[in-house]
Amino acid sequence: MSTSTESLEVPLRFERTRRLLRSPEATFGAAVVLLAVLVALLAPWIAPFDPSVQDIGQRLQPPSATHLLGTDGLGRDLLSRLIYGARPTLGLVALVVILTVPIGLIVGIVSGYCGGWIERVLMGITDIVMAFPQLVLALAFVGLMGPGLINGALALVLTGWPAYARLARTETLILRRSDYLAAAEMQGITGARLLWGHVLPFCLPAVQIRLALNLATIMLAAAGLGFLGLGVRPPTAEWGSMIAEGSKVIFDQWWVAATPGAAVLICSFGFNLLADGLRDLGDPHRG
Amino acid sequence: MAYVRAIATLALTLVGLLLVTFSFSALSPVDPALQLVGDHASKASYEKARHDLGLDQPWPVQFERYVVRLAHGDLGTSRSTGQPVSDDLKRVFPATFELATLSMIVAALVGVGLGVLAAWRPSGALDSVIRILSLVGNSVPVFWLGLLALMLFYARLQWVGGPGRLDDAYEYTIDMPTGLVLVDAWRSGVQGALGSAIAHLVLPVLVLASNAVGQVTRLTRAAMIGEAGKEYVTLARAKGAGEARILVSHILPNITGVLVIVLALTYASLLEGAVLTETVFAWPGLGRYLTTALFAGDTPAILGGTLLIGCCFVFINRLADLLARTLDPRIR
Repeated sequence: MSTSTESLEVPLRFERTRRLLRSPEATFGAAVVLLAVLVALLAPWIAPFDPSVQDIGQRLQPPSATHLLGTDGLGRDLLSRLIYGARPTLGLVALVVILTVPIGLIVGIVSGYCGGWIERVLMGITDIVMAFPQLVLALAFVGLMGPGLINGALALVLTGWPAYARLARTETLILRRSDYLAAAEMQGITGARLLWGHVLPFCLPAVQIRLALNLATIMLAAAGLGFLGLGVRPPTAEWGSMIAEGSKVIFDQWWVAATPGAAVLICSFGFNLLADGLRDLGDPHRG
Repeated sequence: MAYVRAIATLALTLVGLLLVTFSFSALSPVDPALQLVGDHASKASYEKARHDLGLDQPWPVQFERYVVRLAHGDLGTSRSTGQPVSDDLKRVFPATFELATLSMIVAALVGVGLGVLAAWRPSGALDSVIRILSLVGNSVPVFWLGLLALMLFYARLQWVGGPGRLDDAYEYTIDMPTGLVLVDAWRSGVQGALGSAIAHLVLPVLVLASNAVGQVTRLTRAAMIGEAGKEYVTLARAKGAGEARILVSHILPNITGVLVIVLALTYASLLEGAVLTETVFAWPGLGRYLTTALFAGDTPAILGGTLLIGCCFVFINRLADLLARTLDPRIR
């Protein structure tokens, strides 16, 4: 039983990847995202300098052979800071995803499956939170709870989950009256095991597309928090706060702010391209 | 019935918003009583401050008091300006309103135009270019774009005015009864004031609009393509209607509902996006007030500013729902 489903599944998965790679834009997007993740993971090995070592004599140097992207106001190598800066920025995005998606899925699947007053209460809350302004509430949250990576992530999770809850509920509602689920129930599969093994897999494709679309937004919000000084504490390099440092010398040494901002732009552009490609592939269990 | 439901949803959403902001302040590690009396106060005066602020009450009681105070328009006193927060907000709101509204107009005109153009020949060259452009618009961090635009168009090329709403020469000579810089500069009759106001507005308006344009373009294009394949369009074409006529009198009326929602949501997100844009352009609006309050740890100002933006956001969201229902009988 299990071997037959596996042998069916594997080529199907490769087929989707193959179709995704046929679109040049999606391939480019995936490559950008992959590259950014690799840079973040390999930072200590590929960065030419220590990102926190200051050299006041070498401050605000334009790009040169030693410092490929120049140096910042404290003489730190900008390329190294850019490479290390990928870590908190992408880390925050990852943290938000890890927390947001499960919350949304649980709320959506439970309310779709249980129905009745549970559904009405949960979806009522979802609709209310969905109408909240995400960025401003995140700012207020971090401002009042104190800056930092964890608080930044929590702030974005707080208002981020409803979109996934709605999606998961819609998918679950389609399944609720299906023979497939009735068959599973008749085999004695109930409760959490039913939801985990039989409902969840059907929700994932739609959630995956939505997530890809959302990554760029999370990334920009994370950079915005960093820019306002609400992200990781200095001297840790982070793209948003690097733009803020560069803004002090924007009229004379514009490249200090330009490169981290370009990194944010390229990454979120990559996320957007990838999302577009995934969406064009469509909903696999319908098309 | 639909209206009753809409109002009930609106009321519930606003209560939810109040609960969220209240719990932020209740859970915050910042102790307002300690802020009030200072680090070296005696235990007795600290306890008295706590009692005066109502912090010794259980949370439900505190929340009730918070709502009652809000209902009286009392948002507390800002620690950094020393003024009541409600007065501060009244002073700074018009600047944000002006910025967001002008950006909205730009985003709507450009976005709908580009969306229609892109849908003209789906997957054509023009469509691809517009698609990539709108994706870039969606991906760019506005605060960074603002900084670079200031560097290039203000510092290097000197085409536009710098940060702030007016040149220094006019800054203190013009009073601002409406708080809208274009209106006040025009009414003041001072030579060159209006020009200065426009020169300072151009950049923040365009930068703020840049994010929204992508959004509006994509959704307009999707709505257009969705309609263009329908039978009534084929019929109109078969009867010999020109493409322009099909677009203006057949397709556009059918996507008005969608466009209204898109534009309303865009407006809400522009109000929010103004926070970062204003910080970059030293624009004395709600966003800058909020970020200044964040740095000062000014809890009443943070909560007041968040509530005002939040309420506008919620109102516009719900209004969009209602408008769409009224305009488009199909989604009633």
